Amino acid sequence: MKILVLISNVPDTTTKIRFTGDNTAFDVAGVQWIINPWDELALTRAMELKEAGGIEKITVANVGEKTTEPTLRKALAVGADDAIRIDAAAKDAFFVATQLAEVAKDYDLILSGIEASDYNGTAVGGMLAEILDYNSVSSVSGVSLDGDKFTVNREIDGGSQVLTITGPLVAIVQKGIAKEPRIPAMRGIMMARKKPLNVVAAVNANEKTSFVNFELPPPKATCKMIDEENAKELITLLHEEAKVL
Amino acid sequence: MSILVYTENWDGKFKKLSFELVSYASAVAKEMGSTVTALSIGNVADDELNKLGNYGAAKVLNVADDRFSTLDNRALAKAVVAAAQNEDTKVVIFSHNNLGKAIAPRVSVKLDGGLVSGVTAMPVSTDPYVVKKKVFTGKAFANVQINAEIRVLTFSQNSFEVIETGGSANIEAFDPKVGDGDFSTSVNETNKITGKVLLGDAEIVISGGRGMKSGDNWGELEELADLLGAGMACSRPVSDEGWRSHDEHVGQTGKIIAPNLYFALGISGAIQHLGGVSSSKIIVAVNKDPEAPIFESADYGIVGDVFKVLPQLIEGVKEM
Repeated sequence: MKILVLISNVPDTTTKIRFTGDNTAFDVAGVQWIINPWDELALTRAMELKEAGGIEKITVANVGEKTTEPTLRKALAVGADDAIRIDAAAKDAFFVATQLAEVAKDYDLILSGIEASDYNGTAVGGMLAEILDYNSVSSVSGVSLDGDKFTVNREIDGGSQVLTITGPLVAIVQKGIAKEPRIPAMRGIMMARKKPLNVVAAVNANEKTSFVNFELPPPKATCKMIDEENAKELITLLHEEAKVL
Repeated sequence: MSILVYTENWDGKFKKLSFELVSYASAVAKEMGSTVTALSIGNVADDELNKLGNYGAAKVLNVADDRFSTLDNRALAKAVVAAAQNEDTKVVIFSHNNLGKAIAPRVSVKLDGGLVSGVTAMPVSTDPYVVKKKVFTGKAFANVQINAEIRVLTFSQNSFEVIETGGSANIEAFDPKVGDGDFSTSVNETNKITGKVLLGDAEIVISGGRGMKSGDNWGELEELADLLGAGMACSRPVSDEGWRSHDEHVGQTGKIIAPNLYFALGISGAIQHLGGVSSSKIIVAVNKDPEAPIFESADYGIVGDVFKVLPQLIEGVKEM
């Protein structure tokens, strides 16, 4: 059984968000790039499954320009066996899913983070499943092998479920899928340099959506402070002034 | 050429988000000179289905088919696509919740449409179709243009007012013709959260952070939540420590919420936490550190000991 983990290259989550070009593009100046946090958890779970046995290979894949390779190398350092970079700027979710569909066909389990922390698309995993006509489960907080099937834990609106589902499967994962993301060890970093990182040309695909421009949220008014000894006053203010109680 | 709304019910009763979505769709339909068709999947009684008319649905397609109760993503997507084609729909609207996030991407591919997730407001324009959504986990907004004839949206909860119109809907039984072979999910176990306000639906949320010191100190928080009918949440260190369960974690890698009132108790307000709660209408912060970043995002603040403040808040609510 082979696992494919989809990787998004995103700004570090502490990045101060700024835009350039009259607010039409994200300002990448000085940004540190990381593996999307959910993808990092997905990769960690893939590693756990491989260590438990029955997994032949873990591949990581992303759609991005050459500048995204350090992020793929980091995924290799964490423990993926090889990497695929589809050589194109990630235009929109449909474009990305179409590219990934070209390389995903050999895999039994495809793990995708529920969203990327930059544009919060929540789209690529589901789109990929539909393009390939594979089963998909979203909001997944646990996945394990059950013979040729999968046991999946998913969150539903108002609870959680345990499912059995046949592969090939796209599992769209969120928090809980692994406890802590793995950090690459020095040995992993050394080995990652020699692992294959295959660059594949992009196929033609239409963009279905495009960004017109960006806005930053309006600044908050100043915080009204209430004395610790007089905390009851807060309830009165919420009731009478803010009218939210 | 109507607007299609994917509604959700819980044991045969529509969730509030369904009424919010129909209200939103109805406002969009007015701008586009269109009408609203609501899709209901599962066993919902006629008088409950009729309620959708009161929020602006002209028509309800009723798929009373138990097989969909496993929430098989592929089968559900097929059913929605069949309904969209039946109605010659140009706009399909889901909630931006677990189920909407699961199905909308599949539906957008099947309909050759364009998807925007996490829409927060009325369209900026309908020709071209431009909508506003949150990006960078609440740290910014983007206006996104959909360059496809069919637009598929997931809409953020608590972003539009529920409006009763007094209207009524035509209810039609609908067979989306989804074969048994399209269902491949079998549910072994379902754990429903009962007796608790669901975090995504909650209008008031009480949230605790590292300042709560251990997993044993949450009694007063729960009491306050009970008194206010509020949902319970926590910051990441709290769920990582196992003081509270992961499904209560709000923030960048947890849940993104937008209640009317958010209490951050003993939460310093790291940028990742704020990303998950910054759309709350009113934020209240209690923290012993006057320099805590949470006060920059809060509307009301108390610098002090959360264990001294909580009993006073409880007393205040009781007297209200």
